Amino acid sequence: MKIVIVGNGMVGFKCCEKLTGRAPGRFQITVFGEETRPAYDRVHLSDYFSGKEEASLYLAPAEWYAGQGIQLHLGDPVCQINRQSKTVDSFKGKSVPYDLLILATGSAPFVPVIEGIEKKGVYLYRNLEDLDLIESRAAKSQKGAVIGGGLLGLEAAKALLDLGLREVSVIEYASRLMPRQLDEMGSQILMEKLKTLGLNILLGKNTVALEGDPGIRQLLFSDGTGLDTDLLVISAGIRPRDELAQMAGLETGTRGGIVVDENMQTSDPFIYAVGECALHKGMIYGLVAPGYDMAEAACCHILDQPKPFAGYDMSTRLKLIGVDVASFGDPFANGSQADVITIHHGPEGVYKRINISKDGKNLLGGILIGDASQYNLLVQTVRNKVILPAQPEDLILGDRGNAVSGGLGSLPDEALICSCESISKKSICDAVRFEKCENVESIKRCTKAGTGCGGCVPILKDLMTETLKAEGKYIRNRICEHFEYSRQELFDLVKLYQIKTCNEVLSRFGSQDGCEICKPVIASILASLWNEMPLRSGNGTAQDSNDRFLANIQKGGSYSVVPRIPGGEITPDKLVAIGLTAKKYNLYTKITGGQRIDLFGAHLHDLPLIWEDLIAAGFESGHAYGKALRTVKSCVGSTWCRFGLHDSVSFAIRIEERYRGLRAPHKIKSAVSGCIRECAEAQSKDFGLIATEKGWNLYVCGNGGSKPQHALLLATDLDEQTCIRYIDRFLMFYIQTADPLTRTATWLNKMEGGIDYLRNVVIRDSLGLAAQWEQEMDQHVASYQCEWKVAIETPEIRKRFTHFVNAPGEKDPTLDFEPMREQKKAREWK
Amino acid sequence: MEIGESAEPGDSGRTDEHWFFACYKEEVPEDGGVCIKYGDCQIALFYFARRNEWYATQNECPHRKQMALSRGLIGSAGDEPKVACPFHKNTFSLKSGINLNGNEQSLEVYPVRLDENKVYIKIK
Repeated sequence: MKIVIVGNGMVGFKCCEKLTGRAPGRFQITVFGEETRPAYDRVHLSDYFSGKEEASLYLAPAEWYAGQGIQLHLGDPVCQINRQSKTVDSFKGKSVPYDLLILATGSAPFVPVIEGIEKKGVYLYRNLEDLDLIESRAAKSQKGAVIGGGLLGLEAAKALLDLGLREVSVIEYASRLMPRQLDEMGSQILMEKLKTLGLNILLGKNTVALEGDPGIRQLLFSDGTGLDTDLLVISAGIRPRDELAQMAGLETGTRGGIVVDENMQTSDPFIYAVGECALHKGMIYGLVAPGYDMAEAACCHILDQPKPFAGYDMSTRLKLIGVDVASFGDPFANGSQADVITIHHGPEGVYKRINISKDGKNLLGGILIGDASQYNLLVQTVRNKVILPAQPEDLILGDRGNAVSGGLGSLPDEALICSCESISKKSICDAVRFEKCENVESIKRCTKAGTGCGGCVPILKDLMTETLKAEGKYIRNRICEHFEYSRQELFDLVKLYQIKTCNEVLSRFGSQDGCEICKPVIASILASLWNEMPLRSGNGTAQDSNDRFLANIQKGGSYSVVPRIPGGEITPDKLVAIGLTAKKYNLYTKITGGQRIDLFGAHLHDLPLIWEDLIAAGFESGHAYGKALRTVKSCVGSTWCRFGLHDSVSFAIRIEERYRGLRAPHKIKSAVSGCIRECAEAQSKDFGLIATEKGWNLYVCGNGGSKPQHALLLATDLDEQTCIRYIDRFLMFYIQTADPLTRTATWLNKMEGGIDYLRNVVIRDSLGLAAQWEQEMDQHVASYQCEWKVAIETPEIRKRFTHFVNAPGEKDPTLDFEPMREQKKAREWK
Repeated sequence: MEIGESAEPGDSGRTDEHWFFACYKEEVPEDGGVCIKYGDCQIALFYFARRNEWYATQNECPHRKQMALSRGLIGSAGDEPKVACPFHKNTFSLKSGINLNGNEQSLEVYPVRLDENKVYIKIK
């Protein structure tokens, strides 16, 4: 099939890339380009002035086209389309036949009608030739001016400053800068910032004539005033290049643009139009990202896998000459449509505006200047019509002094860190500063902090790190005294060298004999990587004590047992079976927070017997003892609930069964809610799903526990399969990179770039590891087995479940229980 | 005979101190511990395979009086072999029984002897 592409800009190039990439050899492609250079990156045009090489702006060298079998005709624009014969004629006299034609003719700068516009020293800001001309004129000039105070105009002005001009002015016809993105106030704040950078800004000025001979010397405005300049750049918007289409009789808009449908087909089904020349639902998109989406839509349609273009959210965030500027949703909504909240911090140069629907429920849009850190959250809030909190101003005020991770510095000296031993923050910091305690062990020894329940150990570690940093010491994030590596480094080493036993890890990468800190880390890494039953292959004694006996040790030395109840759904027969087992072994029973049933007070010796009964009744291990997936909580969902949008229980079960047994740096909890009422509390989980009209919203890195933290929205309106792929990647990234005993919330808090970075990794695959992670997760699923089933069926593992090795039938006589409310409880500590 | 009953220095070799057969070597997991019943006493026996060393201590952790040390992880602090209690991760020297976290309570320790594949512990 013959395809001709007219136009070799960024979007035309994207079409070449997509067509040759997805169907190599299937199309004979011919490209006509007006410019003499191959396609280049116009977005970074200004970098050309900052010394970037011309070639580094090329999207691909000429050889690339040859390698793909593409006929490339540069400096030879198409001048006629013959729809009857399906051929195009070029300026240099070539006539090329096509089966399909793609118009990517882009746009031309809009040049206002001004007397004297043809004078020397007047330039457009559009292509590399323009830049060359501007640069050579700038060398001989003192003063410069730009007509147009939009995005591109301001960039051009900055470029003129960088070229060494003394005085640079920006002239805008409207009463404010960036009139399509900013309101008066926003414009004013931006103006103040730009003035400090040396730009002169003139608003509400209509240029009527240019004076000077032969070169431009002065601009004259309609109000009779004037401005001296040696050089003028025009950046007053764009005009779609639709002349060819018009001549060929294709439908075009009244104000320009080739009319296309959602597959980018023009009024002639054999001709497509993409990019800035295309008019989609009355909109011309003057940005490259929607252009790329259009290229995708056109190419997918050509490849018979339609992927309609659904318009593009023109929310923008950019660093404009070093100033954060963002505009999203409807930035101007007010009056009868919206209530407006603004924050203006003059000295900081910060301005924030949000427009809220009259009923107070939804965010409609807004503007951020000086600080756009909340941009992503706000855009998501607009896009997903997220119901706003009671105090929507919190959205732009941000966090106000809550002690979040890293904020330990704000705690007073007398703050109690270890409540078991009554140790204050000051005592711990003093131990680090004056007693040279540079690891947690020595702090414990020196202050006794962390020797009680151990709950404060993570804070001890953070305090120590911060104190050492404050003292100017370099902190190496090592696991413990036996390893010079962080968990992530060790993980990579173990994976690279395919090491399968704890002893070999210790011998090859560690020193001495390991300890209670590093051994569980090694065991967890091995379990994450190779998914072997932890008590097999000689790693049993490296497991933390709960993992070693596949149960949770409780006060007094008895164990508790939690069978898996996926999604919290259980049949009456299974409930009876749990009841019977509990009665038989005299166990205390309690419903857990994760919609399961916990059986307490089991003797070590009884564990295999209890599990024989439970497995016979159809249960499997719930991994309550492991740093692994615990439970996926669910609300009842659309099968029963009159509000439910989707079947949250079925999805929860699917997720729980996929990730069961997956070992991680810490426990992982999840939940699925069938609607926005969020009964399953998914936003307090490591990953959670909430049903929307269109699919599922995926939240990550939430946490209950001692430092509650709401999960953040990672992606919206996903189908189930995409959800699972994103969760696969998220979990594998966490498993590979988190520090030991770090929950996802803390992991994210310490991640540079935060949720935006995470989103890039998981959704945009910025590390290029997504496919590998998905494959690893598939392997995990395929190799899953119930650890308890293996344990009771393997005699050498099963025989370890005795209290006395030399009296296997006897239970620990010191185990003692007291009665309480018709059940039993453990005897108090001595 | 009670464990922990005081014995004067130089008492060794007297009849109230003797070796008893605890278990077979293969019954103890490598680099881990088991609990040995001796009368009413519980002794934690450890096979430190990486160092080819054997240790025995009281099974009760003195911190919260839990019979659990035999289920603890063993390892080293510097060169000192140690065990960590599964309950609150207090660590004790396997050689001397001293609490390595700086608390005063320490463990009773007992000599261990290997005879072919039989493990003996000496108590007083």
